Amino acid sequence: MKRLVVLGAGTAGTMVVNKLRPRLDRNEWEIVIVDQEPTHFYQPGFLFLPFGEYEPQDVKKPKKRFIPAGVEFIEQTIDSVDADANTVLLGDGTQLTYDELVIATGTHPRPEETPGMDGPEFGRSIHTFYTFEGALALREALKGFEGGKLVVHMVDMPFKCPVAPLEFTFLADAYFTELGMRDQVEITYVTPMSGAFTKPVASAHLGNMFDERKIHLESDFYIERIDTDKNALVSYDEREVPYDLVVTVPLNMGADFVAKSGLGDELNHIPVDKGTFIHKDHDNLFVLGDAANIPTSKAGSVAHFAVDIFVPNFLRHIEGLPMLERFDGHSNCFIESGHGKGLLIDFNYDTEPLPGKYPLPGIGPFTLLGETEMNHWGKLLFRWMYWNLLLPGKELPLPALMSMAGKIPEDE
Amino acid sequence: MPVTTIGGKEVHVDDEGFMTNYDEWDEELAKQLAKNIGIDELTEEHWRVIKFLREDFSETGETPTLRRVSTVGGFPTKELFKLFPKKPAKKMAYIAGLPKPHGCV
Repeated sequence: MKRLVVLGAGTAGTMVVNKLRPRLDRNEWEIVIVDQEPTHFYQPGFLFLPFGEYEPQDVKKPKKRFIPAGVEFIEQTIDSVDADANTVLLGDGTQLTYDELVIATGTHPRPEETPGMDGPEFGRSIHTFYTFEGALALREALKGFEGGKLVVHMVDMPFKCPVAPLEFTFLADAYFTELGMRDQVEITYVTPMSGAFTKPVASAHLGNMFDERKIHLESDFYIERIDTDKNALVSYDEREVPYDLVVTVPLNMGADFVAKSGLGDELNHIPVDKGTFIHKDHDNLFVLGDAANIPTSKAGSVAHFAVDIFVPNFLRHIEGLPMLERFDGHSNCFIESGHGKGLLIDFNYDTEPLPGKYPLPGIGPFTLLGETEMNHWGKLLFRWMYWNLLLPGKELPLPALMSMAGKIPEDE
Repeated sequence: MPVTTIGGKEVHVDDEGFMTNYDEWDEELAKQLAKNIGIDELTEEHWRVIKFLREDFSETGETPTLRRVSTVGGFPTKELFKLFPKKPAKKMAYIAGLPKPHGCV
C-alpha cells in the first residue's frame, strides 16, 4: 500500500484530496490529510464581516464535512518534515511515512513580527480583518468609530489576497458615506509599494479611484514599528502616519514547521517549480496554494487553478511519466469597490490585468478592470460556489489557464 | 519593450526605465544608472548590495524584496535606506538592472 500525505486542509489541500481520491485506486493508495484546525473558514468572507454584510455562520463550517470517504483526517499540529527520509513528525509524536507529500499549509498573519503591533492595542486601536476573530473585533470598532483618522496599512509583500486592503478601503469609504459621516473620516492607504496600483494598465484605468473617493495615499512606506504612545505608524525612513484606527495586514509567513524542516525561504514559503509545483530537490514533494513561493498572487483562485493543473500531472508522475501540464500563474479576483459594485481582474505570470470582458457561459460576461454591479453579484455568488462546488472538487466552468478571449491588449 | 541608450550602450528597458534583459547589464552601466537617480558614487557597500541582488535574481528569477536583501543578504534595513534613500527596493533593482518590484494590479 502506498501513502499520499497532504499537510493542510484549507482550500488547496481539501480540493486535492477530493479530486485525487476518486482517481487513485483504493487498493493501492491510502490518503491522509493533516490539519490542526477543526474549522474551515471561507476567508474571502472576512472582508465583509466588519461591515455587517456577512454573519459569522456564513464563513465557517467543519473541515471534516469536506473530507471525502476513504481519506483519513488527522487533527494534529505538524512538527517537521524530513524530506530525505520521507517522513512527517506530528505534534503528538506520531511519525507518518509517505510515498508522496503535498504541502498546502498556507500563509498566515504574524502581528508579532512588527514591534508595537501585537501588544495591548491589538484589537483595540490596531486591527486586522485577516482572521475570523480580528474581523469580528473590527466590526465592533467600526460600529463605535466616531470619526477621525482611519489608516489602511500593509506591512510587506507578499500577503494573501493582495487586493483585499484596496477592497477594505473602498468598502470603508462606502460604509461611512452611507452612515452620513464620511466627511468626519480621513482615510489613508499606506503601502510599501510605489502606489496603490503598480501595473501600468491597471494604474491607467483605476488610478483615479482614490482621488474620486478622497482617499490619501502614503506610498513606499516600509514600516519599522508602531508607536502606540503617539498612535502612529513609523517607517524606516522616519516618516510617521498618525491614526485613530489602523487596519493592518501583518507580515504573512508560512508555517513554522517549514522553517524547522529547512524547506522555506525567509518567510517560510517553499520554493518550487512554478509550472509543476514540484520541489527541486525532492521529486515526491509538491507545494500548492499560498504555502508555495511562486510569483503570482496568494489567493484561492490561484490554488484552484493550480490544483486543476496539478491533478493530471500527479497521476502521470506516480506512473513514472513526465508531467505534461504547466501552470501559467493564472489568477482571477473580484475587487469590491463599494455601493454594490465591483471590478474583476484576470491575469497570469506574463500578462498583467487588462480591460475587456471575461466570458462565463450561462452567467457572464463580466467586465474586466471596470466597476459594475454584475461583478459585485459575481463575488457574492462565489461563496455558494466555494462551499458547494469548489471544495468538493467538482468541475467549475472556469479554464485553469488564462485565456485572452475578451481581453483588450495594451497596444490596441 | 523600448530600447534606450545608457552610457553609449543600447539596452532594453520598461516604461519606467528598469532594464528588462539581465545579460545586458554591466558595472559601467550600473554607475550610469545610479547617476540617473541621484547616487553619484557607488561605494563598496553599494556594490556588495548590488552583487547580492544580481546573484539572488540569477538563482530565484525574481527581484528580491527589501526584507530578503536584509534577512538573507545580511544588510540591515536602516543601512539600505541610507545607501538608497527613500525608495531602496526600487532603487536597488534599478541600479542592479533587475525588473521593478510590483504587486498584482
